[in-house]
Amino acid sequence: MNIDSIQNGIVIDHITAGRGMELYDLLNLGALDVSIAIIKNVSSRKMGKKDIIKIDADIPVDLDVIGYVDPNATINIIRDGVLVEKKSLSLPERLVNVLKCKNPRCISSTEQELDHIFKLTDKEHKLYRCVYCETKAN
Amino acid sequence: MRSLIDIVDLSTAELDALISVALDIIAHPEKYSDSCKGKKLATLFFEPSTRTRLSFEAAMYELGGNVLSVTGGATSSVAKGESVADTAKTVSCYADIIAMRHPKEGAALVAANNASIPVINAGDGGHCHPTQTLADLLTIYREKGRFDNLTVGFCGDLKFGRTVHSLINALSRYNGIRFVLISPEELKLPSYVKNETLKKFHLPYVQTTDLEGAMPSLDILYMTRVQRERFFNEEDYLRLRDTYILTPNKLRKAKEDLCIMHPLPRVNEISVSIDDDPRACYFKQVLNGKYMRMALILKLLKEAQV
Repeated sequence: MNIDSIQNGIVIDHITAGRGMELYDLLNLGALDVSIAIIKNVSSRKMGKKDIIKIDADIPVDLDVIGYVDPNATINIIRDGVLVEKKSLSLPERLVNVLKCKNPRCISSTEQELDHIFKLTDKEHKLYRCVYCETKAN
Repeated sequence: MRSLIDIVDLSTAELDALISVALDIIAHPEKYSDSCKGKKLATLFFEPSTRTRLSFEAAMYELGGNVLSVTGGATSSVAKGESVADTAKTVSCYADIIAMRHPKEGAALVAANNASIPVINAGDGGHCHPTQTLADLLTIYREKGRFDNLTVGFCGDLKFGRTVHSLINALSRYNGIRFVLISPEELKLPSYVKNETLKKFHLPYVQTTDLEGAMPSLDILYMTRVQRERFFNEEDYLRLRDTYILTPNKLRKAKEDLCIMHPLPRVNEISVSIDDDPRACYFKQVLNGKYMRMALILKLLKEAQV
């Protein structure tokens, strides 16, 4: 299967196979009026299988979201068809308006325009908790 | 602006300092009778409370300050749909410090993030109630003279009991503390408290359903009420509320110097016949709560002036 190389844009590579769509949704890429390719289950020597997202536009992407979904993914910035920058990721300390707290008793369920904020409380187990009620993110 | 949302916001040195001030207030109340002259405490209570609100108000009056009070959402702008953030900004224009109770977890943090004056969390749903923990700590210190080398039993609702989680967290800082967790299966201490406090700090604990069996080892017995308002299901509440009722008979094997505590209100989990037992400390806890709230108000107002 061939997907054309992009000229100016972003390639999110080494996404754990099966998580590409989750990333697509959380990055809200469906709302963009640009060419986007999601390539699933690509053979990978390192990973066996992987997903790739190619965005054919030089737009800002939320690295915290990508780091949260898949800290092993890599970000390749392409300009004029050439790889100009490669970014590696780590689990972000805070997630703002990425996840919603599911605790119906949490103030974030009722307070107007309150940012939904989660903080990393256990790096080893990738555990995030709501800063308001400390409920863990699923 | 420094606020108090969770007991973990206070360092061990700060806890010790608050206890020292509270002990000094007890010994020399006259020294503090004008400490907050001209200052106003706003008590914003959007959930029922007797003890905590009166305790804050009594504390402020005894410091020579004044109190502005809102009780029950129905009589405030909250009933019109005002946000916690707007309420905090508004009250900041009238008062010098806020004590707030709210049914939503995290409401006090939202208030603190928006107020320009210190906010004290007087209970945010089932989440935190740090000034109850301050009352508990002063009670333990006054009854036992120390925080280390104690066996502390918690009995009843250890799942939803916010006072239990906070006190475990506060006591975990001291040496030689051993916990005995007595509850029905359905109301056991949540695994996150075990994992993130007890196991993380390698604190010894045992879990049991047998109150009488645990009794002889205890230096402190912290009883709790099964709280109707924490259950979505009335049937579960009714089934679990009478699991543990402390009676004189159950105290037969208890130590002579056991300290029986309860955050109150009590429903039926401690027999009234125990109230005259010298080991009953739950009404002392109420008084100690006022002293610690006085010490806390002094600390936060002082820090706000810097």
